[in-house]
Amino acid sequence: MSKKDTAPKVTAETMAARQRDISVSEFFAKNRHLLGFDNPRKALLTTVKEAVDNSLDACEEAGILPDITVVIEDLQPDRGRDVKQSRYRITVVDNGPGIVRKQVENVFGRLLFGSKFHRLKMSRGQQGIGISAAGMYGLITTGKPMLIQTRPKANQPAHHIELAMNTKTNRAEVTVDEETEDFPLQRLRNLTPGTRELASRGEYLSPKDYPTGTSVTVELEGRYQKGRGSVDEFLELTAIANPHARITLVPPSRESAAEEDDPGTKNRAGKGATPADISTEDPQAAPAVTTETGGVVVFPRGVQELPPETKEIQPHPKGIELGILLQMLKDYEATEKGGTLYNFLQEKFCRVSASTASEFCSAIKATSRTKVADIEPPQAELLYKAFQEAKLAPPPTDCLAPIGVRQLLAGMLKGVRAEFYAASSREAEVYRGRPFQIEAAIAFGGELAADESARVIRFANRVPLLFQQSACSSFKSVTETNWRNYDLQQPRESLPIGPLVIMIHMASVWVPFTSESKEAIADYDEIRKEMKLALMECGRKLGAYLKKRARMKREAERRDVFQKYIGEISKAINAINGTDAKALYDALLAQAKKRTAIADLQLDEDGKRIKDEDPADQDGVIIVDAPSAPIGGGTAADPFAPTKAEAARLKVAAMQNDEPPLLDVKQAPRAKSKGSGKAEPAKHAEPDKGGAKPKMRLVGGKLVPVEEPGLF
Amino acid sequence: MAKKPADPKGGSLTTRIKERDARTRNRIVDLADAVAEKALAMREPKIEIPIRAKSNTIWNKKQRVLQMGQATSERELFNLNQAKQFMQTCLHASSIKDLIGAEKTLSLRGMFYKGLHTVAGTKEKTFTDQDESDGILEDLEVSLGALREELHIFAKKKGTMIGNITIIDSGDEIDCRRMGSGGYAIPSIVEPDVIQFKKCDAKFVLHVEKDTVWGRFNEDKFWQKHNCILTEGGGQPSRGVRRLLQRLNTELNLPIYCLLDCDPWGHYIFSVIKQGSISLAFESNRLAIPEAKFIGVRSKDYKECGLTDDVQIALNDNDTKRAKEIAAYPWFAEHKGWQKEIDLMLKNGFKMEVESLITKDISYVTEEYVPQRLKAKDWLE
Repeated sequence: MSKKDTAPKVTAETMAARQRDISVSEFFAKNRHLLGFDNPRKALLTTVKEAVDNSLDACEEAGILPDITVVIEDLQPDRGRDVKQSRYRITVVDNGPGIVRKQVENVFGRLLFGSKFHRLKMSRGQQGIGISAAGMYGLITTGKPMLIQTRPKANQPAHHIELAMNTKTNRAEVTVDEETEDFPLQRLRNLTPGTRELASRGEYLSPKDYPTGTSVTVELEGRYQKGRGSVDEFLELTAIANPHARITLVPPSRESAAEEDDPGTKNRAGKGATPADISTEDPQAAPAVTTETGGVVVFPRGVQELPPETKEIQPHPKGIELGILLQMLKDYEATEKGGTLYNFLQEKFCRVSASTASEFCSAIKATSRTKVADIEPPQAELLYKAFQEAKLAPPPTDCLAPIGVRQLLAGMLKGVRAEFYAASSREAEVYRGRPFQIEAAIAFGGELAADESARVIRFANRVPLLFQQSACSSFKSVTETNWRNYDLQQPRESLPIGPLVIMIHMASVWVPFTSESKEAIADYDEIRKEMKLALMECGRKLGAYLKKRARMKREAERRDVFQKYIGEISKAINAINGTDAKALYDALLAQAKKRTAIADLQLDEDGKRIKDEDPADQDGVIIVDAPSAPIGGGTAADPFAPTKAEAARLKVAAMQNDEPPLLDVKQAPRAKSKGSGKAEPAKHAEPDKGGAKPKMRLVGGKLVPVEEPGLF
Repeated sequence: MAKKPADPKGGSLTTRIKERDARTRNRIVDLADAVAEKALAMREPKIEIPIRAKSNTIWNKKQRVLQMGQATSERELFNLNQAKQFMQTCLHASSIKDLIGAEKTLSLRGMFYKGLHTVAGTKEKTFTDQDESDGILEDLEVSLGALREELHIFAKKKGTMIGNITIIDSGDEIDCRRMGSGGYAIPSIVEPDVIQFKKCDAKFVLHVEKDTVWGRFNEDKFWQKHNCILTEGGGQPSRGVRRLLQRLNTELNLPIYCLLDCDPWGHYIFSVIKQGSISLAFESNRLAIPEAKFIGVRSKDYKECGLTDDVQIALNDNDTKRAKEIAAYPWFAEHKGWQKEIDLMLKNGFKMEVESLITKDISYVTEEYVPQRLKAKDWLE
């Protein structure tokens, strides 16, 4: 306080001397959490995520089926056992169109530079922050520049460029710029025994698969760990939402030491990534099941079609803010000197016809000749109000590329090992003048953990959302859906419990995230309602399946009971009157089979006669044939696993061989169920040799499992 | 119980047994034939079994016995609740045919073991316990229309006899006057081919509920003093005891007097001895003794005999309920004496055991109570 007098007086002038531009790059360098670089583990994930998102967008825009390889190298493999973070080199290679040389610095070296921000078009990235921020994070933590290789033209050398970003100028400084034939990098093929094996089979970074493409390498301080919110999970989910992409992950040799307060390091059961048991089989026969070879995880391509190309749309009058309207008016005046309001409305908005444009003009007491330049702010406000009150057609929806029921199923099938899959795709709807479309899928049973809460996997424009689950509209829609209607357990206002994976996808030209790190979808009523409707559609399919399964189980039990005693009866009758025991047995067995089939048609839970609808006949349903697994069956070693995997592969194969691209899903399972459906129950009637099923006996008219027989 | 090979039975008796066995065997074969025929014709095999339940029991007022009605149920193979019983019925039918062929008999427990094995291809046993097996055998009795002994099956010995009678049991002469303190154990099968009455001096039969009371009477040589036969049935008397009493009553014209507890259970025992039981209604004609008499213990005895409060056992809800049910039995409902008896018990609010009379004097029951009642002809029919 005593210094007060001696301190130089701060004046407006001295303050002005200190006031200067803050570079966006500088701002984000200091506020890295806004971009998802809050901690080392998330930094690693975000880097992979941004690069993969960019790659997928680029491939799709160029009409190339994406083939993406993610390599994470641990650069300090000899660090101490309890060191929580390490230096990693992340390389993401795609087979996209490549980047022309002169754009490389802009794409990778500047924040807020991108093609996606200024348009209303469905894409993964929106702001153009991601990959440059990752490069900057790497530079800050390791001092190493970003390394880019890109080959925009096949049969021509690739560019090899090393970039370091200058945070002050928001410009990249190129430190190395040369041409190379080494693309994709030979070094990556020799990394581990797994990569060598796959490369020798031509299945890993084979130059023929990457005629064009881009490879980005970032070195950073990070932490690699499996589990929730990990790179593994991100890629697993990305593979589910992008069944047209083939993704390969080469993880580092070891995980980082665990951190106690780290959320979600627990590994969930029922993950798609599976042991190498199938990888030894002919890969052609198993096209759609995730495989692992020497640590290298391959998420194969599930479908061969790219998502339909999306159109860019003009904003819808109901979807803009007043400020934006003012800016648009200003921009229009700048480009179309003397342009009229009448033209502006028709050109810059969707769903505004000539007659609606005149209606808007008269609503603010303007004419069709009124110039944009003459619109005063109060008038603009009136116009904005008129927008809100007008009756307009909703925005066009050809700007959306939903994943589609068939592809959703293919994605779930390869990523989640369950026995029942259902998917539904809603019609496009509108929130705040922006079109969006909700899709949902569920997987049930199989190897999923039975006694845990359902796992919710969320996607926005095919990008997995890994954090802030409970803040997300999709999560709320799951808890608000009454799963008890579909024979599942559900504590009040919570996730249902059971072997269940619930997937929700929102496709939109502008996904309303709750924050810039794009982790949760904002809770608009319109969006949540659509999500619930999609979930209910899936739920109904699951309910039908569960009822059918319970019926089949009952039938099998009934048959078991009859069959068990038929042999004894035949022997006893033979002993009394000499009837041929074998003939008698066969006659009774034939009757038992016939009767259980008939009885099954006749009763449901309430003993009412019901139609025998096969849940597999519904649209958007795949059932992997393993109905013998008891409801609530654990994830313990399942003797049927190989059979299930085979069955799944058959289904997928069947789907792929049917050429009509969409909506053939119902035919594949039906064709299958016709072939084996009626004969199938016989499988259950066979005497149980393995003893996997509990023996049942009658007690007081009810079937109860029989204990191991004790002494009498 | 195997029949002795050197049985000095009359030829006619042996012939009768052979005929009886042949008849039983034929009925078993008929049952099996019906099952096989239906099965091979792709129809559901069924076994018809008369219903052994109150609903199918008829009170024959003229003969004063309970009889089984005509209603039958079908035991179906393709019915979840019946499949196992169907199998068990076939197993036991086959076992009985074996027994007849081997001319041997088995106890109920023996039959349980004969039919017991693991169902082929499973870990399940054919019978869970003997109760299951016993029930199936009763079903077979009624569905084959053959009595237990005709199926070569006998039950555990139950009940004791002593008194002025000489009988022949399986060819052995037994003087029931010389049975010591233990008495003659009544076998489960007392049909004329097993037991014949040789010489009887007794003038009546006193049947008491339990062996404790029976021991009291035997020690006091009641049967010598009063020239009677003394029996007990260990609570609810078995078929053997009831059949023996019935034969003593019908063949030797001996009146049967019952000394039972003054409680619903005692009343029920009397009802079974006199009118027959629901589950064995099909055998009532050779088990029921419509002339049996109930001499005690009576509700009025508490006052009449001057008993102390100590002998009272309070009626619980179950007892009250049961007493009302029994009072509603048609043969009790139309009997004023019994209505009064049960009313008084309910009014008293307590029951009494026969042993309560011992509070008066050790031998009160044998020396005063029963002789007085017999002399005064104070009993309930």
